[in-house]
Amino acid sequence: MKRLTRRSILAAAPAAALALRAWPARAKNPGVTDTEIKIGNTVPYSGPASSYGTIGKAQAAYWKMLNDNGGINGRKVNFISYDDAYTPPKTVEMVRKLVEQDEVLCTSATLGTPTNSAIWQYMNQKKVPQLFVATGATKWNDPKGHPWTIGWQPNYQSEGHVYAAYILATKPDGKIGVLYQNDDFGKDYLKGIKDGLRDKVSMIINESPYETTDPTVDSLIVGMKAAGCDVFLNTAIPKFAAQAIRKAAEIEWKPLHVLSSVGNSVGAALKPAGLENAKDIVSDFYLKDPTDPAWQDDQARKDWLAFMDKYYPEGDKTDVGNVIGYSFGQTVAQVLKQCGDELTRENVMKQAANLHDFVVPMTLPGIKLNTTPTDFAPIKQVQMAKFTGERWELFGQLLTGASS
Amino acid sequence: MSAPLEELTARESVPLVPVRSQPAARAPIGRQLAIAMAILAGLLIPLRATSFVTFELTQVMIYALAILGLNLLIGFNGQFSLGHSAFYGIGAYTAAILMSRWEVPYYLTLPAAGGVCFAVGFLFGLPALRLQGLYLALATFALAIAMPQILKFHPFEDFTGGVQGLVIDKPDPPFGLPIDADQWLSYFTLAVLLVLLAGASRLIRSRTGRAIMAIRDNPIAAAAMGINTALYKTLTFGVSALYTGVAGALGAIVVQFVAPDSFNFLLSVSFLVGLVIGGVGSIPGCLFGGLFVLFVPNIAESISIGLAGAIYGVILLIVIFVMPSGAAGFVRLTLARLAALRRPRPNTQLNPKP
Amino acid sequence: MELLLQQVMAGLATGGIYACMALAVVMIYQAIDHLNFAQGEMAMFSTFIAWQVMQWGQPYWVAFAAAVILSFLGGIAIERVLFRPIHNAPILSSIVAFIALFSILNSAAGYIWDFTIKSFPTPFGNKPLLGGALLGTHQAGMIAVTLGMLGLLYLFFRGTRLGLAMRAAAANPESARLVGIRVGWMTALGWGMAAAIGAVAGMLIAPVVFLEPNMMLGVLLYGFAGAVLGGLTSPGGAVLGGFAVGIIENLAGSFIPYVGRELKLTIALVLIVAVLMVRPSGIFGRSVVSRV
Repeated sequence: MKRLTRRSILAAAPAAALALRAWPARAKNPGVTDTEIKIGNTVPYSGPASSYGTIGKAQAAYWKMLNDNGGINGRKVNFISYDDAYTPPKTVEMVRKLVEQDEVLCTSATLGTPTNSAIWQYMNQKKVPQLFVATGATKWNDPKGHPWTIGWQPNYQSEGHVYAAYILATKPDGKIGVLYQNDDFGKDYLKGIKDGLRDKVSMIINESPYETTDPTVDSLIVGMKAAGCDVFLNTAIPKFAAQAIRKAAEIEWKPLHVLSSVGNSVGAALKPAGLENAKDIVSDFYLKDPTDPAWQDDQARKDWLAFMDKYYPEGDKTDVGNVIGYSFGQTVAQVLKQCGDELTRENVMKQAANLHDFVVPMTLPGIKLNTTPTDFAPIKQVQMAKFTGERWELFGQLLTGASS
Repeated sequence: MSAPLEELTARESVPLVPVRSQPAARAPIGRQLAIAMAILAGLLIPLRATSFVTFELTQVMIYALAILGLNLLIGFNGQFSLGHSAFYGIGAYTAAILMSRWEVPYYLTLPAAGGVCFAVGFLFGLPALRLQGLYLALATFALAIAMPQILKFHPFEDFTGGVQGLVIDKPDPPFGLPIDADQWLSYFTLAVLLVLLAGASRLIRSRTGRAIMAIRDNPIAAAAMGINTALYKTLTFGVSALYTGVAGALGAIVVQFVAPDSFNFLLSVSFLVGLVIGGVGSIPGCLFGGLFVLFVPNIAESISIGLAGAIYGVILLIVIFVMPSGAAGFVRLTLARLAALRRPRPNTQLNPKP
Repeated sequence: MELLLQQVMAGLATGGIYACMALAVVMIYQAIDHLNFAQGEMAMFSTFIAWQVMQWGQPYWVAFAAAVILSFLGGIAIERVLFRPIHNAPILSSIVAFIALFSILNSAAGYIWDFTIKSFPTPFGNKPLLGGALLGTHQAGMIAVTLGMLGLLYLFFRGTRLGLAMRAAAANPESARLVGIRVGWMTALGWGMAAAIGAVAGMLIAPVVFLEPNMMLGVLLYGFAGAVLGGLTSPGGAVLGGFAVGIIENLAGSFIPYVGRELKLTIALVLIVAVLMVRPSGIFGRSVVSRV
């Protein structure tokens, strides 16, 4: 073994210096320069799920507004969004493009459960923050197994628990019919409801799945009435939720009607179904429905409308997706702000896991976002409301559904 | 309101592609050069380009393989299928299940996927014998629709992972080669593609291939000549499914994830589009098809995200107008025209001036 | 037993939608010998046009007429501009052109009118028919209109010279030309009629399923299945096929234990394919013997 003499060190020095110089100059941080922060996402802008595309467009509009108002810490945000048509292979391709070609700092609000599942492993292997995934699946709250992925909205199973608790409290001898979409999101709701009912799961006497390609769910509703259901758990997306509401009224079926937060927008679901048909429906909320007269004079809603008018005028103001996209933008902006000048991927993830009572204006009053290194569920609370025939009336407390 | 069904049948006997003369015994120099250059590109690109571009190259090859499978059925045998997304899905899930549940090494999943798909395709080909034209289209279409439902079906969830899908680990390069996983997968896919392309080429040039094409061109005459049309048609269905199934298995390995709703009939439609754009009845055309299917939607999206679908449709129409026989047909036509220009014109004057 | 009757009636109600679509599918098939993938999107687009006209303040029947007329003209235009130039190309190229049309219409509708669902009025009202909540007045009206269109088409094709000319042009273009029929315009007319029927179908279907750009995809699948089941050469068969698909699917979902709920579409399609095994041209279709 050579002795580490001064001479040998001096001899090695020029070689070392040369090696260091030859080392490829890395960007200071991926996605960050002195004037710009690059973030990216994938959203279905085409294909059967294209109705969710507006969530991406609303986010893009939000970043435009933020940039017009000075950006974050003196930097503009460059938001790159690609279409994945809701197909996982395309999501993988586009996210790899974002990470490897565009070199974004992080992704924000990538949409969909199977699509996010497809990139879950990749993002964690590459150590790129997969921030605030736009899906309510329960599995994203996994800081140990997947420390680079964090959810945002209350997950479907916890909502299912909330519904189950409500039903057990108001109609403990009821016969339940469940309408759900035959995919991950619908089945997650079903699981949450069943887990929430615990030993009274036999209350469910009719489980009716539908596919998004089905033209109508009318016959499923007829089936529920015929089976004798007096509780109706409607977890469908607005189109089918509206069909169900209208059909139930048509066949004069008046169950205890529990609607999920996915299908409860006044403008997007209840109005087409007929407001008088929706009377007495119960649902849960974590966001303010901009079409609900209850929020007429709310400042946050006014701000949001002003934002839509100026930055996304062609956007549909009755579509809650535009509220969601706007709120995503605000949450990511908060994380970036908390990073200060240290805009590394590690710090972004650290700050995402470090939200304290952060208020997103379009969430219900009292809801605060909280995350810790062991708790990756920013929004946990919902509140129930009853529809009066004109507007949703909140009742009770903010609830947290426990989830497995 | 009588049917032009005889019209349909008559059209069915008109070949989908112009009947070609016997393929040359030895490929001309130009063709061999083109093949060499393509292979060279396949070898060099993964070394020089970024991981992402390599990944895209691998995907192009996988789609090309899937389209080749469809081509064997439609282009060379004159049947029709809207259900190849089901075979792609079966192949993908076979690979995914074998790898995630039984830790089968990835290269063994390909023959397994191929075998399973051959069997399913062959079995499907049997009842398909009775159906023609749009009726066959519906039957294959039923297959495409059924596949996601079956994959999501509750009792199978332990196997298929249900709606959550299955995650697969990326295989590492063997023997400690100094390349990364993306490059290795690209070469692996290239090797598989070349083997299967060569196989298809030989099949078409063989007696079996001529029988298959004879059935396409004139099924009644073919039967009259003693060709066992039923056997060849079902075999072709099987082989076609095998090719697409192997592509599906590769797709699962490269993307590292399978989920039921990815394998819906829209995928079948994109295979069909790739087939027509590449050139029905042309084996190398599948590469054009693969390139089109992967890149053109991205191009359309970069032009306008709101109207991406409309722009894609317009591009599709333009391509169909300019190249009605697909890219391969266009290339053939251009080469023929160039050759005609070079050839000395025959003297057509009746009374040549002295 | 009551459940069975209820489900049959519910299936009939949904089947009315499929029957309407199946009629449009067969109509265009008779005119051009192909399945038009974009039929559903054309119907959807027509319905949106009607909706837009109503948004501009016009009453229902004005919008209805406007949509039907514009669709008729649009169908002719599409045939002349898009499909005429490629009618000598291989059949598959036409199929790709249909796919392109689908893509364009779907994307354009989403861009212009958004994806939130819109309610579409019905001239038939929404009361339960016969008081028994088994069939709504709208569903009954839809079935009546579908049968009415069927009847009119039958009279047109069998009883008028123009109808005869169209049948001739579709059955044997060369011979038709020889007797002086303008085959090209017959095809265009067929497209126009199919587009108009599609528009009516769309406007009947939208009140049930709600108007949005993706509303017709599922309907087209079922309509296609119904048309094939009934036989592509028989409009009456197609209508019956549409009803049958609705009833089969509903009964499969309600009565087949365990698998029925999740696989009802698969089961319905499997049954249809099984029927095709026995009757390869559909139940009422005619298989024609061709000369070698």
